[in-house]
Amino acid sequence: MKTATEIDIRTEGQMARTHYLNVDLGVKSWLLTTDHKRIGILYLWTILIFFVIASVAAAMMRLELLTPQGDLVTNETYNKLFTIHGVLMVWFFLIPSIPAVLGNFAIPMMIGARDVAFPKLNLLSWYIFVAGGALALWSLIHGGVDTGWTFYTPYSTTYANSHVISMAAGVFVAGFSSIITGMNFMTTIHKMRAPGLTWFRLPLFIWSMYATSLILVLATPVLAITLALMSVERFWGVGIFDPKLGGDPVLFQHLFWFYSHPAVYIMILPGMGVISELITCFSRKQIFGYGFVAAASMAIAILGFVVWGHHMFVSSQSVYAGMVFSILSFLVAVPSAIKVFNWTATLHKGSISFQTPMLYALGFIGLFTIGGMTGLFLATLAVDVHVHDSYFVIAHFHYIMVGGMVMAFMGGLHYWWPKITGRLYPEFAGKLAAMITFIGFNLTFFPQFILGYLGMPRRYHAYPPEFQLFNVLSTAGASILGIGYLLPLIYFLWSLKFGRVAGPNPWRATGLEWQTASPPPKHNFEKTPVVTTRPYSYSAQEDADLNLASV
Amino acid sequence: MPILTSPASNESAFLAEQFDDIEQQRDAARLGMWIFLATEVLFFGGLFLGYTIYRFTYGHVFMETSRRLDVVLGGTNTAVLLVSSLLMAFAVRAAQLDQRRALVRLLLGTALLGCVFMSIKMVEYHKDYVEHLVPGTHFEWTGADLSNAELFFWIYFAMTGLHAIHVTVGIGVLLVLALLAWRGKFAKGNYNPVEVSGLYWHFVDIVWVFLFPLLYLVGHR
Repeated sequence: MKTATEIDIRTEGQMARTHYLNVDLGVKSWLLTTDHKRIGILYLWTILIFFVIASVAAAMMRLELLTPQGDLVTNETYNKLFTIHGVLMVWFFLIPSIPAVLGNFAIPMMIGARDVAFPKLNLLSWYIFVAGGALALWSLIHGGVDTGWTFYTPYSTTYANSHVISMAAGVFVAGFSSIITGMNFMTTIHKMRAPGLTWFRLPLFIWSMYATSLILVLATPVLAITLALMSVERFWGVGIFDPKLGGDPVLFQHLFWFYSHPAVYIMILPGMGVISELITCFSRKQIFGYGFVAAASMAIAILGFVVWGHHMFVSSQSVYAGMVFSILSFLVAVPSAIKVFNWTATLHKGSISFQTPMLYALGFIGLFTIGGMTGLFLATLAVDVHVHDSYFVIAHFHYIMVGGMVMAFMGGLHYWWPKITGRLYPEFAGKLAAMITFIGFNLTFFPQFILGYLGMPRRYHAYPPEFQLFNVLSTAGASILGIGYLLPLIYFLWSLKFGRVAGPNPWRATGLEWQTASPPPKHNFEKTPVVTTRPYSYSAQEDADLNLASV
Repeated sequence: MPILTSPASNESAFLAEQFDDIEQQRDAARLGMWIFLATEVLFFGGLFLGYTIYRFTYGHVFMETSRRLDVVLGGTNTAVLLVSSLLMAFAVRAAQLDQRRALVRLLLGTALLGCVFMSIKMVEYHKDYVEHLVPGTHFEWTGADLSNAELFFWIYFAMTGLHAIHVTVGIGVLLVLALLAWRGKFAKGNYNPVEVSGLYWHFVDIVWVFLFPLLYLVGHR
């Protein structure tokens, strides 16, 4: 798959030619764009804002937990802090992170298409997302919500004295942006692939995004109707979760987790796809067991729909149902483990180079493994009764969502940054940030496993003094983690102007997106590429490179 | 169903730049709409699940309360929607055969029947209101299971209300389509928008086909 673009032209002239960033200029050209690459960048800026707000909430929580007494904020404020942190991080950062930013940017290029199937709907999805975010921020500014991101009834419908409806409306509206994105990606992957690009020649990132889209499309509407029913009940005073009418509040939990457990996989599958790309590229090797990795994505998406009951082991669910959900939850670990084993096998005898994206990828594998294994503790009925609603749970899902998804997002962002901007970020600073993030993350969240196991419950702003040591460690870790996130923000912005010109393919990667110029032209390819081989044919390219005796 | 392909010279006018040919564009639109409808099924699915659980728990109350709904009006509405779907199917065919006048008339006919459906629904809602069947402080029930009866009517209003919103959106879409059809926008093989809107209208119809027996007929033997 070598083309003329392999000849590196790493000059400023490369940046001056017409590409998607300079073809139209001005605010209007961005706000009315239908270019998937520009929409990806719009999403990047938007989720950055929500990430910052939600991080500030997290920082205030960690500061409060530095001492056993509740001295920095009141318990009511603390409730609002963890709610805003959860709602914004889940729905306004993690769910759109890899799909809406990197997916939007990379999917059409990776399959050799000019754009997604429905570019106008793609732009509409961003506007819907912004509208949902505005509603959530409106709710935040007017005093916030104290229900937690889960909005459990009857607290949310009857007792909470905060802006539940506007926050739920924000999530409801943002959900439609997820649905449109999922529909767009599925249609694009089905109908827009380049000639010769069969399903089993697709990069694994595409497989994982397809599986993610399936969940976005099938799970999000259930959340939408559930939040709508909850809000109507709160507004109207009666509703189907209301015990006074013979309704069942636990029905809300079933409906909520029928979305929100699959949503956990929305928050990890795209990350797994990125990792597959990074591991192969930076070990210069064909992926080990392509079919298994692709099938594992689909298996996770499908099995993810039948495990929601493991959130309700202690919510009056029958023991028999609990046993079934427990077994099903163990089953999800199988495809997840297949992926980890295949990545590890890919590394075996590869010629590994430790560039920044690879550091994030290796970090992902370790942290995801810990997060996944502790998930098995939680899927075990008896153990779950002990650690339910404790910091053990907090640590577990942060290992998946932050240690997994955010690491993968950062890895992917570094990997595709030269394609997005045409310039390289400074490699040393990148490596440093990846290390700081890894250390800071572990220091923040590993002590929380111990705290939870010792019995510290989640969602309290004060705690017995014997837990202080681990809380101090955790807060110290959080400040290191903060630096790990701040550093990339600085050098990414710096690189926009001063970064070295990247050339079309700085990683010597095989994907179609690397065969076009950086930044790509408006319609991605000068000529529609034709695919004749499987993806990740790295060793073959290595030989060719040696023959050319280049770099 | 035979697909009519028009000469390539006419296609370029409405072929979006991201597609290679008109067939790809049509396939993509159809698939996109089917995926959206799958989303809609799950959107209604939450309410159907709620209905199923409470019907199972309070079966006899649901039979009793269901008898308070007007089967004649509900049945008429079922017929109205089914006929509207038939007209919609004809409209799609007319668009494929490039029959502009027939297309405009059929789209307007479908929209009109949608309006008839909504009018009858409003008459029903008014009747329910007068009879104190709207859940909330206004609700009155003489039978034994007051609260469970209120739950049934809550579900009835939620399900039919959500359906009515979909009908209203559909009427709006049909009117826009009729206007565009009148301007000759769907000529020469560009029938794609009519076709996918047709899929949506049939979906709205099918939801009602499920709602009618579940809500109106469960009390009757």
